[in-house]
This record gives sequence, C-alpha cells and structure tokens, in this order.
Amino acid sequence: NGKIEWAMWANEQALAAGLILLTGGIVGVAGQFRDREFAAYSIAAGVFVCLLEYPRGKRNKGTSVERTGQYCFTVCVKSFGPLTRNYYVRAFLHAAICVPGGFILAAVLGCVCLGIASLIYLAAAIRGEQWEPILPWKESARKPVGESIKLPPQNPPPRPPAEMRRKRAEDLEAAAYVNPIAVTANDD
Amino acid sequence: MTSSWLDLQVVWMAINIFLFLWFYFFYDLGDQFFYTRHILGSALAWARAPAAVLNFNCLLILLPVCRNLLSLIRGSFMCCGRTMRKQLDKNISFHKLVAYMIGLMTAVHTIAHFLNVEWYYNSRLGKYDDLSMALSSLDDSGNTTFLNPIRSTTTTPTLLVFTSVAGITGVIITLSLILIITSSMEVIRRSYFEVFWFTHHLFIVFFAGLVIHGAGRIVRSQTTTNPLHNATFCKDRIDDWGKIQECPVPQFAGGFPQTWMWVIGPMILYVCERLLRFIRYMQTVKYRKIVIRPSKVLELQLVKNGFKMDVGQYVFLNCPAISQLEWHPFTMTSAPEEDFFSVHIRSVGDWTQKLISIVEQLPEGAEGPKMGVDGPFGTASEDVFDYEVAMLVGAGIGVTPFASILKSIWYKFKDSNPKLRTRKIYFYWLCRETHAFEWFADLLQLLEREMEERGMGSFLTYKLYLTGWDQSHANHVMVHADADTDVVTGLKQKTNYGRPNWDKEFEQVRKENPTSVVGTFLCGPAVLATVLSKKCVKYTDVDPRKTKFYFNKENF
Repeated sequence: NGKIEWAMWANEQALAAGLILLTGGIVGVAGQFRDREFAAYSIAAGVFVCLLEYPRGKRNKGTSVERTGQYCFTVCVKSFGPLTRNYYVRAFLHAAICVPGGFILAAVLGCVCLGIASLIYLAAAIRGEQWEPILPWKESARKPVGESIKLPPQNPPPRPPAEMRRKRAEDLEAAAYVNPIAVTANDD
Repeated sequence: MTSSWLDLQVVWMAINIFLFLWFYFFYDLGDQFFYTRHILGSALAWARAPAAVLNFNCLLILLPVCRNLLSLIRGSFMCCGRTMRKQLDKNISFHKLVAYMIGLMTAVHTIAHFLNVEWYYNSRLGKYDDLSMALSSLDDSGNTTFLNPIRSTTTTPTLLVFTSVAGITGVIITLSLILIITSSMEVIRRSYFEVFWFTHHLFIVFFAGLVIHGAGRIVRSQTTTNPLHNATFCKDRIDDWGKIQECPVPQFAGGFPQTWMWVIGPMILYVCERLLRFIRYMQTVKYRKIVIRPSKVLELQLVKNGFKMDVGQYVFLNCPAISQLEWHPFTMTSAPEEDFFSVHIRSVGDWTQKLISIVEQLPEGAEGPKMGVDGPFGTASEDVFDYEVAMLVGAGIGVTPFASILKSIWYKFKDSNPKLRTRKIYFYWLCRETHAFEWFADLLQLLEREMEERGMGSFLTYKLYLTGWDQSHANHVMVHADADTDVVTGLKQKTNYGRPNWDKEFEQVRKENPTSVVGTFLCGPAVLATVLSKKCVKYTDVDPRKTKFYFNKENF
C-alpha cells in the first residue's frame, strides 16, 4: 500500500467532527445559550454523523480494522445502498450539515471539522473510492489444520521411484551393498 | 510494564493533578478575581486550570521525540543505572500519553471558554444583576479599564472569537490539534505514512498560535489601586464607586502571557534535534558488503564515520530512492568489536520489499542505494557480560539483538576482555519456523565451529525450539533421524519440536552450574517474561553458596 485511501482519513475526521458537534451542542443547550435552537440542531447533527461514520468501510488493499461493535451499524449503513456507498453524496451531505453549526460559537469547531472531512471525502470520491461494508469472516479464512492428519496417507513415504530402487543386473558394482553389521558365519 | 515506566506515569499524573488543583483554586478563590467570578462563576477556574496543565504538557510533548538528544542524555547517565535509561526508551508511548492529555485539557478549556464568552455576552447586554452591568460597562477610556472583553453591544459571541487574538488563535490551534489527532490514528499512521507525517507538521502552527494565544490578555483580574478598592465592601455600593474614598473605581488588567516561558526551551531543543538529524542524514554512509541471505533476507554491512554502537541497539534507516520521509528502525546484528555495523532486513512491508528488490536488481559490484542512518538508539544491554553464566532466550524476531550479543561475547572471550565475566552461555531460540532466520542459524554454526577449533565446545550450548511444527515436519525428521546434524537448519544440536520445558532447562543449568550466579535475558513476548521470572525465583536456592538465577527485565 502507501497509496492513500483518503476515505480512511475522512472517516476519522468526520467521526471526530460528529463528536465535537455533539459536545458543542450539549454545552449550548445545557448552558442555555442564546440561539440554542442551533445548539439543539448541533446535537442532532452530531449524533447523525457519528452513526453514519462509526462503521469503517472495507479497505481496497490491506486488512480492514473494524471499530468495536460496529457490525450492527454496518448493516444499517449498508441498507441505504448507493446513498451511503457513494462518497460524493457523503461529501455534499457533510458540507450541508455543517453549515448551520457555524451560527453558534459552541458548534463552530464541529462545523469546520466536518467541512474539512467533507473536502477529504470529495478527494476520495474523485479518486473513485467507495464505501464497502466489512462483513464477518468466513471460517475458511482461518488457516486449516493440516489435512494430512485427518486422512490416511495418500502417498507412500518419500523414497526414490521403484525403478531406481531395483537392483540392476547390468551394474553389479552399484547393485552391491555394504552390510551395516559385519556378517559372520554361524559359529555354533 | 516495567516499574520505572509506571513510576514516570505516576509522577507525571501527580504533577498534572497538582497543577490543575493549584490553578483551579488560584482562580476560584483569589480575591483579585472576585469581580471576574461574579460574571463568570466557576467557568473561569475551569478554563484556567486546564490552561496550566496544557502549558506543562505542551512543554513535555516535544521532548520524547528528540531521540538524538535523549541518546546524548542517556550517554551521560550510563553510570546511574538502567532505570533512567529505560524511561527514556518509552518515548513514543509517553508522547502519546501527553498528547491525550493535551486533547482532553483542550476540550475542557474550550468548553469553559465557550461558557465564559456566553456569560460575558449576556452580562454586557444587562441580562444579569446590577453589579454585572456596572462591571461590564467599565471601558478602556480615561481613568477606567475594562473587565469584560466584550466592549460592543452589537457583537455576537462568534464575532468576538473571530475578532480577538485569543479567539482566532484558539480556533486555529484547536483545528490543527484535531487534524493531527485524526491523522495519527493507528489505521492512518500505519497505512498512509505521508498523510500522518505531513499533517503532524501542523504542530508548527500549533506552537506558533499557542505562544501568541494569550497576547490579548482578556482574562482580567482586579489590580491594586491606591486607595484600595475592597470588593467585598464595595460590591453593594455600585453607585458610590469613584465617589467615596473606600471605593475608587476598580481597575483591571490582564495577566502577562506565560505560555511562551514554558515551551520556548523545548521548542529550541526540538529545532536542534531536527538539525542534528539532518546533519547525520547528510553524513556519508558507505556499503562494506551487501549479502542476500536465504529467504530473501538482506544483510547490509555499513560504515559511517564516527559511528559507535553498543550491543542490542538499533538504528533508523532512510532511503531517499524509496521514500524521502520514512525512517525505519532496525536492530543491529553486528558486534561493537567489528569495524562496521550491520542490519538484517526481512521483507515485512512496502519499504523493506522495495529495498530488497532494488538491491536484487543491482549489477555486480555496484554501490548500494544512498542510505541515511540515524542512531544508534536503545538501551545498551551491557549487563549481559556481568554474569558468570548467562541464559539467553530469543523468541521469534527477538532473536535479532542476540546476533550482536553472541558475537560480542565471543569477541570479548577471544580477546580476554576483562569486562566479560561470562564463562558459559545457554541460548534458547524459540520460533514458529526458521524461515527468514537461516542467517542466524548460520551464525550459530559459525560460532560453534570456531569454539570447537579452540577446544571450547562447551562455552555455548544452544537449543532451537520450533513452536509451529506440523505433521510434515515430523515426517521429514523420522526419515532422516540418523543424520548427525538437524535437517531443518543444519544445526549440530537437534531441533526440538514444541515449546521448551522450562523446569527441565532450569534444572539442567542448575545441575551443571551448582555455585554460579546465572543471569537470564529475554527478547520476546511479555507472557514468556512472566514465566521465566517465576522460574528464576523457583530455582534460586536459599543457600547463598548455591545457584542463583536473576531475571533481567531488560527489553531489548
């Protein structure tokens, strides 16, 4: 690899932005700031972005690392089909979502972060990246236990083919062999 | 987790807590902030306490990544024992810990200031009591000074933030911090190094903004006037301010910006560090020899002016032909006694793969690709020479520093180096398979031959444990069991299948060395460390004249 999949970074950035929007919104509502409608919006926007961005997509090259417990989110996000698969949609969605956040101080940071995430997603979309769900491993992905243990031997033990083993009458020298133990006549 | 690493974390956290509490109460109880608190409440203290912790941690964050400087310090602390040196080796872990604290404190600081701005805003518009109104009306004109930084009644909190130094720098540096953090997540860092490295340089923006962040001096306290203005007395006599002697108009001023005092030192040190790395990078590195070992392991023997190493250390290599930015660490496999230093490189990722393919395509006798070398780094594992009897355990890739150690021990033994007390070595090599470590097996064979030539065949006893054997291995062994050398690696002493029975091994060492002090060293997984340290305790005799085992928690 080394070839950047921008979506991976956009995803981290967007998730962070979602959390920041959420936090900013809570502060705005709890502190009873003026324009707290925008704060309430910020909470909703933050939650939505977090839900959308929590499940990591599958990487094109290399192993994909899931976030803890992301499977149910994956299923949810997957069900929206092209809307969630396509990164152009996400880029424009995040750009649109972030705008109202710019109206109150508490959500400004979240707004800018989400805007940056939107730009990175745009770069990903231009490069043709897509969101693919990470689905559970099949059992075959695990290295199988040596089949040879389960079946009776298919092959004879390793030794040269029979023709080579057979003693050749033409070549007496090679046909002879040395006794491993000295052979003596029976003395008794 | 070694205890010195734990100690460092405890001390660091204690300082953080102390700073937080000290400054919290400074702002929450100090008389000079009485009027400020009237408008802001405890949000003032909640903003200033994290600021102090931030100053401290921004000071610290640059230090662990100054690897050259740390090496220099470590050098001068050689005599003070291993504990200090081990602390310095946990650099990246500490850097991350400090970074998390910076992130957390930034969040608290920012939220508290959001509240402060909102309270100041409301106060300016007269939404609070008379005292707040009076305080907020104080202007920076004639003989009054302002407390409330919001001077206009037509601005908004957002506008204030973007028209003040503190606000603009605050937003910029917080954004930089967020971008640094998201691009440093493990997924990004390991896969897209360029993104991580380039974005991380936003720390320059971070520190620049941080230093001027307090220049606006908008956190204000009451100054001492002559005559004094006693807030507790005068707070209920707003209409008399300036009219009676006890209550002249209260004056306010902002605190002198202090952050630069905390961070200027580390910033200078870091610049020196980068300069040093650049100088080292520019130094010529020549190839003495390039060897392609079995299983595509690349051995590079390099020479660099003034390069001095100790056993078990590592270097960072940079190859501009592959990547201008990436520096990769490799444990050195040569001994300090040799007039070159060597690394054995396996294909484990993109960079190593590219390096191996470049070298494979080199014409005969050509010079290798230009290489930058930074280092050496790492704790020198010198203790290994102090023990009469040494038990060395290398698991998997952990066997690499032992190449350096075994060679050095043998050189010292041949030269009768007084530093070497070792008379007997037991070496245990554990791995799933010897693939990519044939070079190490060759080294063991070479040492074995040399020792036998000198009649010192018993100096080194080694055993290889293949912990990942399967049926086909066993079949192969059964057919060739009569051969004198082991078929898998050609080692004289037979390969064992499965994990070692440590009780048997310790018993054997004890039997063969009834009165010695045995040092046990491990380079391998932490689980094994627990096992070995327990065995060391179990087999150490209470009788001081008998065998004693010491487990060295040295992490090579």
